[in-house]
Amino acid sequence: MNKILEVDQTRFELLLRLGDNALILGHRLSEWSADAPALEEDIALTNVALDLIGHARLWLAAAGQAEGQGRSEDDLAYLRDVRDWRNLHLVELPNGDFARTMVRQFFFDSYHLLLLEGLACGRDTEIAGIAGKVVKEVRYHLRHSSNWVIRLGDGTEESHARMQQALDDCAPCVPELFEADQIYLDLESLSIVPEIHLLKSEWEHQVSGVLAEATLQMPEILSAHTGGRQGLHSEYLGYILAEMQFLQRAYPGASW
Amino acid sequence: MPMTTQAQVLELLDSVADPEIPTLSINDLGIIRDVEVHGTGQDIHVVITITPTYSGCPATSVIEADIRDVIGRAGIQNVSVKNRLQPAWTTDWITDRGRQRLLEAGISPPACCASHPLPDDTDVVCPYCQSHNTQVLSRFGSAPCKALWRCSDCLEPFDYFKPH
Repeated sequence: MNKILEVDQTRFELLLRLGDNALILGHRLSEWSADAPALEEDIALTNVALDLIGHARLWLAAAGQAEGQGRSEDDLAYLRDVRDWRNLHLVELPNGDFARTMVRQFFFDSYHLLLLEGLACGRDTEIAGIAGKVVKEVRYHLRHSSNWVIRLGDGTEESHARMQQALDDCAPCVPELFEADQIYLDLESLSIVPEIHLLKSEWEHQVSGVLAEATLQMPEILSAHTGGRQGLHSEYLGYILAEMQFLQRAYPGASW
Repeated sequence: MPMTTQAQVLELLDSVADPEIPTLSINDLGIIRDVEVHGTGQDIHVVITITPTYSGCPATSVIEADIRDVIGRAGIQNVSVKNRLQPAWTTDWITDRGRQRLLEAGISPPACCASHPLPDDTDVVCPYCQSHNTQVLSRFGSAPCKALWRCSDCLEPFDYFKPH
């Protein structure tokens, strides 16, 4: 009995991590709405945002069920405080310029695709089902962000310099992607998630290929921002939640 | 009291239009997985299983409401709509009639089979002049399912239904 409860709690944590990454990055991308450098890009970024918010809904609804306390996806999205969020530091990083947004997206998409492909072949049928569905959308995301990294990196002097700066800005968030805590290791031993060392080596291989084509250098990572999965966040997340949760906090249960 | 059969329910569902692309019915879109009819007369209970398309597509909840509405107007109040995620929806399930209707609405249907991980879309047809000499303008379009293309012969921009 206790064993089953532990597995449910572990699944709950995994589902929160997946849902929170999708929701926070989706929210970040939605900030580009009506503000992107070109109309096509405005549409692209908001489409990716919409996909991610859709993913968050699926993951968080499943998280609410795994938890078994009757919380809906909306309760989890709108009524949790900073310390209860499980997303990575990378996704809460502010948009910055378009170069920063694209490098952040490229790092995340590369990780996201590999993780989802692993989950889709994993032993947990519910998680594999959701992963198998959303992975198709994420392939489009990665193609989009990779194309921009190459175009801007191997572009003008200005675009190259901005991309190199963006890599410097995002690189400290990379080690956290491949940090395996006890929860991850437990899920790994249950064959629910892909092995972390394979995820890391495949990510490095794919990212370095695109960066080479973009004539960009992956900076040396001197310090790392970690702890997101344990609820330790940068100050940025608080501002995101203030905006995202305002309505439900001010007018509980509001709907239209 | 006449019997309601699975075929009759399917026929009713054929009048439910996709809210984003109303030229398509939800049958054309290939999202209906299963229709079960339990009981008869006043006790009839219809269970419809659908596979949603894109995760964030706002049409999904509208489709559910429209299904209840259409079945309800036929006198059946007890309707359940279930979602099935696996296997994931694919544009390979769009029917031939659906593809034809897309073309007529000025939307180019998916050019290739979606089972390939990331289709190259090399043979996209212009819905206006049927030329295959076309180019992509943007991989993302006015709805999650669409991309923006242009015909290099008649020069018209058009929507392309992405293989998915």
